[in-house]
Amino acid sequence: MKDDALTFMHIVVLFSSLSLMSIGGGNSVLPEMHRKSVQDYKWISDQQFADVFAISQAAPGPSILIVTMIGYQAGSQAGGPVIGILGALLATACMILPAGVLVYIVSSVWTKAEKSPVRMAVERGLAPITVGLILASAYVMAGSSDHGWQAYVLTGLCTVVFTTTKINPILVVGLAGVIGYLGWV
Amino acid sequence: MSGKGGEGRPNPSLFELALTFNHIALASFGGGLSAWSREVIVVEKKWMRDEEFLSAVTMCRILPGANQINMAVFVGSRFGGLAGALAAVAGLCAIPVTIAVGLAFAYFKFHEVPELKSVLRGATAAAIALTLSMAIKTGRKCLGGVVPILFFAAIFALNGVMRWPLLACLALLAPLAVLWGWPRKKESEA
Repeated sequence: MKDDALTFMHIVVLFSSLSLMSIGGGNSVLPEMHRKSVQDYKWISDQQFADVFAISQAAPGPSILIVTMIGYQAGSQAGGPVIGILGALLATACMILPAGVLVYIVSSVWTKAEKSPVRMAVERGLAPITVGLILASAYVMAGSSDHGWQAYVLTGLCTVVFTTTKINPILVVGLAGVIGYLGWV
Repeated sequence: MSGKGGEGRPNPSLFELALTFNHIALASFGGGLSAWSREVIVVEKKWMRDEEFLSAVTMCRILPGANQINMAVFVGSRFGGLAGALAAVAGLCAIPVTIAVGLAFAYFKFHEVPELKSVLRGATAAAIALTLSMAIKTGRKCLGGVVPILFFAAIFALNGVMRWPLLACLALLAPLAVLWGWPRKKESEA
């Protein structure tokens, strides 16, 4: 019982703070999420983190579902599948709520803020930081999975496809899965 | 509810908000959630005009939180206050979260199966590519000039390579970046 409570507390603290720091969307906090859930709390392994990242990217819905999957494993490690489901829901709610409250507050004054210098400064200033964080996510994920040279080639090819075509990404991820199944990466 | 018929301000019910965002979440399977939101909210339902929608997209992008969830909060609260925001977010998330819990259960049960490992190794390579392409697409727009490139490189090095805690990275760089981004010309004072 003590384990569950402690895990739940860690879930609340981690994901609520990630929620508020996730400028540019959920993908910018992946390095921090990895640092805490793999290295500090040891909820999941390096490889599992990379796996749930891939699965959540392929699943339908908003881009933060990796949080649901990590919450599940954190909970089920502490007290079995039922606690796992609670952990998943708790982690998801914590990832949504703080940022959601902020958006709720700001959206009521947003139209009036159209020309405010704060808005322009935040929009222009944080943009390059967001890009740096997203690139850091890709870098950390590549280090987290056992990425051999073949996997780097596949990542490179897929990046070209994603940046130059409008093919539905799910098809590309699926095809890459088949390539993996065939043992080519 | 309000007696104005015809061309008045749209007045979707909580249920309709939830249903619409559920539809958006499932229709955008595999990506393009933002494009689908516009398709449904602006074109199909006519809840917002294009300019309003784009302005909302900007807000959702600069504030923390997943962009799609922020959009649900924005649209939901506009038409139904706090209840509307909750209904829209619940509609957007209910089925995807249920699926994610199911996937988590299945994955942690079967992750030792060699075939699954191989499939995921390939899928991870593509998922990383997806993240990379997001960095490339957004980077093209905002990395013109020495200062933005310095901010970009600094946060990448600190958070990605040196693995500093994110809070420390942001505390150091975000104020400087906002200061740099502050409009300098006097006419911006409205």
